Amino acid sequence: MEHWAPTTTTAAADTSPQPPSVAARLVRDPKVVCAGGFILLLIVVAVAAPLVAPQDPLAQNLLMATVPPAGFPDAEAGFLLGTDGLGRDVLSRVIFGTRVSLTVAFVAAGLACLIGSVLGLLAGFLGGWVEVLVSRLVDIWMAFPPVLLSILLVAVLGTGLHSVIAAIVVIDWTRFCRVVRTETMGQAQMDYVVAARTIGFARPAILFREIFPNVVPVLIALLTLEMGIAVVVEAILSFVGLSVSSDTPTWGGMIAEGRQVVHEAWWVLAVPLAALFATVVAFNQLGDGLARSLDPVLRR
Amino acid sequence: MTVPRLTPTRLSIETLSAISLRDGDKPVLRRVSLAVDTGEVHGLVGESGAGKSTIAKAILGIIPSQVKVTGGQIDFEGRDLLALRPGELRDILGRDIALIPQDPSTALNPARRIDAQMTDGLCLKRGLSAKEARTRARALLEEVQIRDPDRVLTSYPHQLSGGMRQRVLIAAAFGLEPKLVIADEPTTALDVTVQKQILRLIRSLQESHGTSVLFVSHDLGVVAKICDRVTVLYMGKVVEQGVTADVLNAPRHAYTKALLAANPRYDRPDIGLEPTPPEVVATLRAEIAAFDASIAGARNG
Repeated sequence: MEHWAPTTTTAAADTSPQPPSVAARLVRDPKVVCAGGFILLLIVVAVAAPLVAPQDPLAQNLLMATVPPAGFPDAEAGFLLGTDGLGRDVLSRVIFGTRVSLTVAFVAAGLACLIGSVLGLLAGFLGGWVEVLVSRLVDIWMAFPPVLLSILLVAVLGTGLHSVIAAIVVIDWTRFCRVVRTETMGQAQMDYVVAARTIGFARPAILFREIFPNVVPVLIALLTLEMGIAVVVEAILSFVGLSVSSDTPTWGGMIAEGRQVVHEAWWVLAVPLAALFATVVAFNQLGDGLARSLDPVLRR
Repeated sequence: MTVPRLTPTRLSIETLSAISLRDGDKPVLRRVSLAVDTGEVHGLVGESGAGKSTIAKAILGIIPSQVKVTGGQIDFEGRDLLALRPGELRDILGRDIALIPQDPSTALNPARRIDAQMTDGLCLKRGLSAKEARTRARALLEEVQIRDPDRVLTSYPHQLSGGMRQRVLIAAAFGLEPKLVIADEPTTALDVTVQKQILRLIRSLQESHGTSVLFVSHDLGVVAKICDRVTVLYMGKVVEQGVTADVLNAPRHAYTKALLAANPRYDRPDIGLEPTPPEVVATLRAEIAAFDASIAGARNG
């Protein structure tokens, strides 16, 4: 019988250089840099709104009603993006509107993500009756028309920011739950999860060390996508007057007011609409870029 | 069949039987008995479906749900692994028994760096601190002859070649200082050129650590090079068992002869690669049918 003697052969080293860190990869991705930069700018503007806004967003001046934006005939100094039907500065109102939009985006999407992914992880990992129960709950939940359900919820809970957030969380946790459940079930079958079991890891260790890191990229993409959706839902509820009270400027509320004067003053509608559009696009692009940069397999 | 026992037995499988629930309760293991001694490499050979992986999975407690163990025991240092509670088995796994998986491309977690994956077991099972575990992981990579361990430690699996990944997995398995390593076709997914290095590596680590190895393979050529003793399985039944040189030089069973004839011979291109003759298969099936009948008869009578 031939036994191979131990030798000192050295494995050929791969020629690829030291892999770049996560931060370095994020900074190189144009999507992450542009969209992330825009959202960072929005956050700064929202936090520093009283300092940034040129006017009091609530101050009415009927003598200055429907002044067009700078550059158009009859424009007035001090009103860069014009005024609305009550003579309030559109720019200042859009700036203050970012506060409500971003609060809803981060809090509502974050909570929906938390609830949905915890239930999804448990359902996907534990299987059995937990999985059946959660899956049926999601199926039933998703049969309700979302906008009507949120209007109903806000009507029951009363208007206000907390109701808007609650409505979004209650409706959109299913989005996270479904995706995370499927992803977790797929991961649980993988060889490295079985390998972890053969080292004698307990189930929580396997869930958090082996499975969760593989779910994170898709979760982050979903979370930023959901932030965009939350901004739109808040705008819809503001539009129908079910969001915060009318003395707080919101983009949805501005769009509703702008709709009534659209023939005389299109900018009252156009400016918040543009802000809404840009924000949602930025969230979606950021999610896309993050998913690409954070997924170890897709990395180049 | 008497096999000379030089060293005490480390793992002893006694009349292990299992059936496939999905396949009409078809037997997958038929009263398999084998013993792995301390410091021995024991080959488990057979064609696909012979039940060799089922044995490995039974030891590791990862039997798929459609397979049911119907009898026998797996005795490891005086304890029957099949009778242990899950928590007790978890204590033994990773500390006393480790696995070298078949396919290095799927056995490492794509989302985690090599250092995290290697230190997991060291921290959990060997009680090392994070820093100690990392130092140990680095030393282990050097032991498996990886030239730039620091770069490998900070890499993700997809940044390494298949051979490198298998080296990492071997380092991780032996690094836990287990008494028994189960190598489940560790070279099947690799290039032929890399296979040789990996076999040599497993043998040298096994010798320097004094580990017992249960080496699962379908390749008699590989088994001949690395195993001290060998068990040949067919349809879940032990066909032949003994010291590797004896079994390969003077096979007693026609099936073992057929398996040897099926192996490519690079030194003799005129022979080898023979399919198993139909009369051998017929004889084997008849033997197994008779064996099943005798067991059923013994149970009823």
